[in-house]
Amino acid sequence: MPSRTVSHGASGRLRGLFLVMVLVFLEGSVFTVAVASSDQHSPITAHSGSHKATDHGSHNNTGKAFPVLDLNYENVRVPFEISLWVLLASLMKLGFHLVPHLSNIVPESCLLIVVGLLVGGIIRGTGETVPPVLDSKLFFYILLPPIILDAGYFLPIRPFMENLGTILIFAVVGTLWNAFFVGGLLYGVCQIGTESSSILSRIGLLQCLLFGSIISAVDPVAVLAVFEEIHINELLHILVFGESLLNDAVTVVLYHLFEEFSGIGSVTLLKGFLGVISFFVVALGGVLVGVLYGILAAFTSRFTSHTRVIEPLFVFLYSYMAYLSAEIFHLSGIMALIACGAVMRPYVEANISHKSHTTIKYFLKMWSSVSETLIFIFLGVATVAGPHDWNWTFVTVTVILCLVARVIGVVGLTFIINKFRIVKLTTKDQFIIAYGGLRGAIAFSLGFLLNKEHFPEREIFLTAIITVIFFTVFVQGMTIKPLVELLAVKKKQEAKRSINEEIHTQFLDHLLTGIEDICGHYGHHHWKDKLNRFNKKYVKKCLIAGERSKEPQLIAFYHKMEMKQAIQLVESGGGIKMPSAVPSTVSMQPSTKPAPERAIPQLSKNKEEEIRKILRTNLQRTRQRLRSYNRHTLVADPYEDGLSDLFLKKQKMFQIEKKVSFNLASPQSPDSVNLLDEFGQANQQEEEEQGLMMKPPSRPREAKKPSEEDEAKDQQRLMRCLSDPGPSADEDEDGAFLP
Amino acid sequence: MGSRASRLLREEEIEEIKKETGFSHSQITRLYSRFTSLDKGENGTLSREDFQRIPELAINPLGDRIINAFFPEGYFVLVIFREDQVNFRGFMRTLAHFRPIEDNEKNKNPATEPLNSRTNKLLFAFRLYDLDRDDKISRDELLQVLRMMVGVNISDEQLGSIADRTIQEADTNGDSCISFNEFIKVLEKVDVEQKMSIRFLH
Repeated sequence: MPSRTVSHGASGRLRGLFLVMVLVFLEGSVFTVAVASSDQHSPITAHSGSHKATDHGSHNNTGKAFPVLDLNYENVRVPFEISLWVLLASLMKLGFHLVPHLSNIVPESCLLIVVGLLVGGIIRGTGETVPPVLDSKLFFYILLPPIILDAGYFLPIRPFMENLGTILIFAVVGTLWNAFFVGGLLYGVCQIGTESSSILSRIGLLQCLLFGSIISAVDPVAVLAVFEEIHINELLHILVFGESLLNDAVTVVLYHLFEEFSGIGSVTLLKGFLGVISFFVVALGGVLVGVLYGILAAFTSRFTSHTRVIEPLFVFLYSYMAYLSAEIFHLSGIMALIACGAVMRPYVEANISHKSHTTIKYFLKMWSSVSETLIFIFLGVATVAGPHDWNWTFVTVTVILCLVARVIGVVGLTFIINKFRIVKLTTKDQFIIAYGGLRGAIAFSLGFLLNKEHFPEREIFLTAIITVIFFTVFVQGMTIKPLVELLAVKKKQEAKRSINEEIHTQFLDHLLTGIEDICGHYGHHHWKDKLNRFNKKYVKKCLIAGERSKEPQLIAFYHKMEMKQAIQLVESGGGIKMPSAVPSTVSMQPSTKPAPERAIPQLSKNKEEEIRKILRTNLQRTRQRLRSYNRHTLVADPYEDGLSDLFLKKQKMFQIEKKVSFNLASPQSPDSVNLLDEFGQANQQEEEEQGLMMKPPSRPREAKKPSEEDEAKDQQRLMRCLSDPGPSADEDEDGAFLP
Repeated sequence: MGSRASRLLREEEIEEIKKETGFSHSQITRLYSRFTSLDKGENGTLSREDFQRIPELAINPLGDRIINAFFPEGYFVLVIFREDQVNFRGFMRTLAHFRPIEDNEKNKNPATEPLNSRTNKLLFAFRLYDLDRDDKISRDELLQVLRMMVGVNISDEQLGSIADRTIQEADTNGDSCISFNEFIKVLEKVDVEQKMSIRFLH
């Protein structure tokens, strides 16, 4: 039996893979046909257009056949081709994961580039010109923003801030070093190593420096693609990734600087000085724009409680506008995007509904995934398409210089940085940082943007850039995983943060702040504490709606954790059915006693205990929350309503049962009178609370009424009903609740 | 204790402190100037009021406990009391816990562990929770700390459930208290060497 299912599974996967391959080939062929037919169709459509016109004119006279089935590709050409590309990208992603073991050996980025090469080859093979797909505008305005927003929104703020100094030094000083080293030495090689008549010697110093600045930037897309799969520890990940994000400012400044200089042909000291200033403007300006839009987004989300469906849209729109606004002024769009995402996240998450949060997360992941796939495929296609000028010297020297510059840069900077760090970077760390400096599509797009008049050697540059990209992505990308294993680099710790860690970390924060104050040392903790205080006092009040603005971070964390766990357990336990069985036990009819046994799905005893415990503890919070909201701001969300309904019902149950069991424990008869009062009080309390609910639960109320009539009989019944193994078996519950 | 009201720090004292705590010469002199600036009474020791005069410490939720940690306990015939004054040696001894761990200090011998080893740092933090010194953080002690950290808006029951959950996660031997070993285990993923170190710049 087991062997049959195994082979069945394997054959199932093979079948799936086969289907995907068929689909891909079909699509590829449709695509080439589409590209081919697009040229021939224009005369036909024009002809049919005029045909129709004449038809209209001579409507009365002739009886020309009405075109029942007409082919008009021109109208849908552009959206159709775009969809085809996206479909190809997605099918590729599917296909890779169906092939067993492939994704373990080869990183996805390499496979996608190969696919792009294939598609480009197919298109070229059929004689058509390959469309210039990696258009810089498309890349910078459509493909890149989703990836960066995804990275910025989910940026782990704490490790980023703790290592900000290191990241900045690598990003700024490292990139500058790389650019000048590569550019300068390349110029030297071009002048010295070749004859004066060859094309290389005509490349000026400024052009070389510009080339250096393009090629030296570590690419966030490539880094993300490769590092996602190797799961190294958080520190290294944030160092390389942070560097790739922040070096955008340097790249932008250098690029524009050298481009302008080579256009003019001369450089003065003043211009150099202005360049330095413009760096600060670009970087800080970008961050400022991002922060501004982030605050706007947070503020807007404060008022979205009535229109929950478009909440995610605000997040995306404001972020994209931040990116575009920064690009207007030639500021660093990437830094604006990161700043916007990071700033708005805590406030937006406090304001929006659970579902919007999920929506945002999945949309961002989806878009960034598709973007990344498309970028790599287009790189492959552009390699086949683009005009190439292969020059052995130039290309090999570039590749070697890039590697050497990176290694020297990392080692040198780490030496300096380690003097200031508490946790030093080891040699292993340095190796991974140096090896993880991958180049990607940003370099290619920047090269593509070069103006042909100023840069007659544009093709040489492009070829060299593509070679470097291929080298880093293929060679370094493929070998980094085995190297990480070989060097036994610390891996990412998968476990989620526990409540203990959260509490103790906050505790240590306060402790360290206090010690810093005693020493008179205005360090890291001091400023962080000041920022937190400012945030709590002023900012949260503005940007977070309602009572959530006062919620301490610890409580918010605890709630999130408990809610997640409760939802998980309830879902795995077979749905909402289980708790709804409980009110039926209180409905006082003996006939419904078998109902609980029937309605409870096959949950193990332990799971039941856990669910009850969690639901019970969550009830406290739900009660508090409901008290502070009025009915107009309560979420009209069926799932959330159902859950809070549930909680309320459960809580009533436990309250009653606790009072009953307490009172019945002592044999004195006056307690029976108290019992009546207790029920009366509980009833009143409940009615007052139900004013707060949008859907008042009716069943517990019915349950209460019969108990008021006949207390003795009902006490017995209650005891019997409530003596089902769940509630009364909880020892520690009594310990926690009884005064 | 015999601490004399001397304004200048003698070389022998600096050497002793250096040996005991591992601070460098410049760090010790810098901290001594801070000590004297806090010492308003100019008697060579700090009292609790001197600490409480630091403004940021007043708004720190753990302010009182931190101050207490500086004042060593003493014994007077079976009665444990806290001294009211701390001299410079005691001041430095407490601050030594927060010195960053150097690579050459990572020795394996627990008997000769310097004050700023990971275990000693964690012990310092543990003692801030564990006020009655029974080597266990009980539920009440945890509740007190939680109350100090989250403020007054949260109900007791809610804090109680958080405390219960915390103890449940950490407690391995089932005594519903957190012992020191359980404390260490829970924080094994946290980078204590970095979190509990202050860079005393030269």
